[in-house]
Amino acid sequence: MNKLFERFKPGSEHGKKWVIALPTLWLVLFFALPFLIVLKIAFAEAEIAIPPYSALLSMADQAFDLHVYFGNFIFLTEDDLYLAAYLNSLKMAAISTFFCLLIGYPMAYYIARAKQTTQSILLLLILLPSWTSFLIRIYAWIGILKSNGVLNNVLLWTGVINEPLAILNTNVAVYIGIVYAYLPFMVLPLYANLVKHDHSFIEASQDLGARRLQSFWHITFPLSRNGIVAGSMLVFIPVVGEYVIPELLGGTNSIVIGKVLWQEFFNNRDWPLASSLALIMLLLLMVPIHFFRKHQEKEWEGNQ
Amino acid sequence: MKTPVRFSAWMFWVGMAFLYLPMLSLIIYSFNESRLVTVWAGWSTKWYGELFRDEGLMSAVWRSLEVAFWSANAAVLLGVMASVALTRFGNFRGRSMLHSLVAAPLVMPDVIIGLSLLLLFVSMTDVIGWPQQRGLLTIWVAHATFCTAYATVVISSRLKELDRSYLEAAMDLGATPLKAFIQVTLPIIMPALVSAWLLSFTLSLDDVVIASFVSGPGATTLPIEVFSSVRLGVSPKINALATIIILIVSLVTLAVWWLSRRKLQREKLAK
Repeated sequence: MNKLFERFKPGSEHGKKWVIALPTLWLVLFFALPFLIVLKIAFAEAEIAIPPYSALLSMADQAFDLHVYFGNFIFLTEDDLYLAAYLNSLKMAAISTFFCLLIGYPMAYYIARAKQTTQSILLLLILLPSWTSFLIRIYAWIGILKSNGVLNNVLLWTGVINEPLAILNTNVAVYIGIVYAYLPFMVLPLYANLVKHDHSFIEASQDLGARRLQSFWHITFPLSRNGIVAGSMLVFIPVVGEYVIPELLGGTNSIVIGKVLWQEFFNNRDWPLASSLALIMLLLLMVPIHFFRKHQEKEWEGNQ
Repeated sequence: MKTPVRFSAWMFWVGMAFLYLPMLSLIIYSFNESRLVTVWAGWSTKWYGELFRDEGLMSAVWRSLEVAFWSANAAVLLGVMASVALTRFGNFRGRSMLHSLVAAPLVMPDVIIGLSLLLLFVSMTDVIGWPQQRGLLTIWVAHATFCTAYATVVISSRLKELDRSYLEAAMDLGATPLKAFIQVTLPIIMPALVSAWLLSFTLSLDDVVIASFVSGPGATTLPIEVFSSVRLGVSPKINALATIIILIVSLVTLAVWWLSRRKLQREKLAK
């Protein structure tokens, strides 16, 4: 009896195993395993049934029947729409990441150089919008960018333009929305990196006669590489699959893969085709996700 | 001479304006008398009344709060375990796998998470008969899963900088590792647990894509309701809702900031 108690005594080796096993099992079951099922269904045929796809394995005439259907992938290569959607998503993600970096870097730099007591307030100001609803903040842009919206009214009133600009339902609106929504994800890792920099390098370079901008380009910028990579991945990867922003702010011609997948799934009820689209997106994102994971591991390992 | 700082200061405040002006416009137009959101027809609070009388929206609010509450609880619990394992247990078998499992949900597009989890639930129903129906329970599982990743990032970054000598002192005095963790580590990392909980809560409250995939009939959460109404166009009721959300988030943030500042000042005085 005593021995049994000893085995389950919290804090023993057994307790340690549970602490590892529980989160691992949960995440394997609800995060990793689902990808295998996506893989399976990507090779199934769409059927009018519940659930709406054919079985991969079946038992008939005393034999296992393995039915692997490649039709979804062949269909994806035949219609130009899908290729265009993938390319458009990648382009959109790349351009928005660039603009987030362009705006986010100086912001992070400014916070990192502020007084210690002000830093926490400034960070809070960056984060606060992202704690309110993402959906509602994107919705705000509809009211601003509409042809009779706030922006056009202001521009007309000040006489900058004579006719309202058509921004809503264009790619420009989607870019604005994405940069707006993802900016905090760029600023945070950049700040975390910049704040750790040793200022003596800069001072040394300036003692040696470097101009401010010179020492920035030759010292600060290269040293912040890790922050740039982390921030860019945090923006780029999710934006490739973004659905809500292009749906609300983009027009019918801003075709992105997130929207196409959603339509195949919800409107056409073609689950296998949606799965193949997801599978290809996952393969495309494998490399950047690997980069991100490596970086994150370094973060966790660092100053231990 | 001070080019980078002055330029960055300028950019910072432009960025701030970019972040806050849209929210300001939401708030202002929530008090607009007119249904046409962009035509100003005088101050009114009638949209707030309409909002509270909208039963569909109000019951969705409660459902969402419930899901967010339980998702945050699960995420903090799993997140504490994952963080302890990653920062305290050295090199164990499966460490690298746990790393990946925690890092990947942070960047994985929502449509992929949503679709894959739905397919998992459908297959599980097929094989083991659970879950019988998709609804709040399946949304809870989905939210708890991706929130765990965020909770782990917040908690492990605090655990990493923790001074281990307190813990060792407690164990020298005869405390079991669990007792030492509960009595020594837990109180110190409490602020991180609170922020991990709040972050998970807001993330769950905000998710529309994953919930749309894994929810079932009758289990619409607030973001699903808002999304379907926003798709039909601008509605002042949503502006009123937005204003209330912004107000609550600002107040909670202010309170947390004020409490932590007061604690910091007390600690300074104590020294």
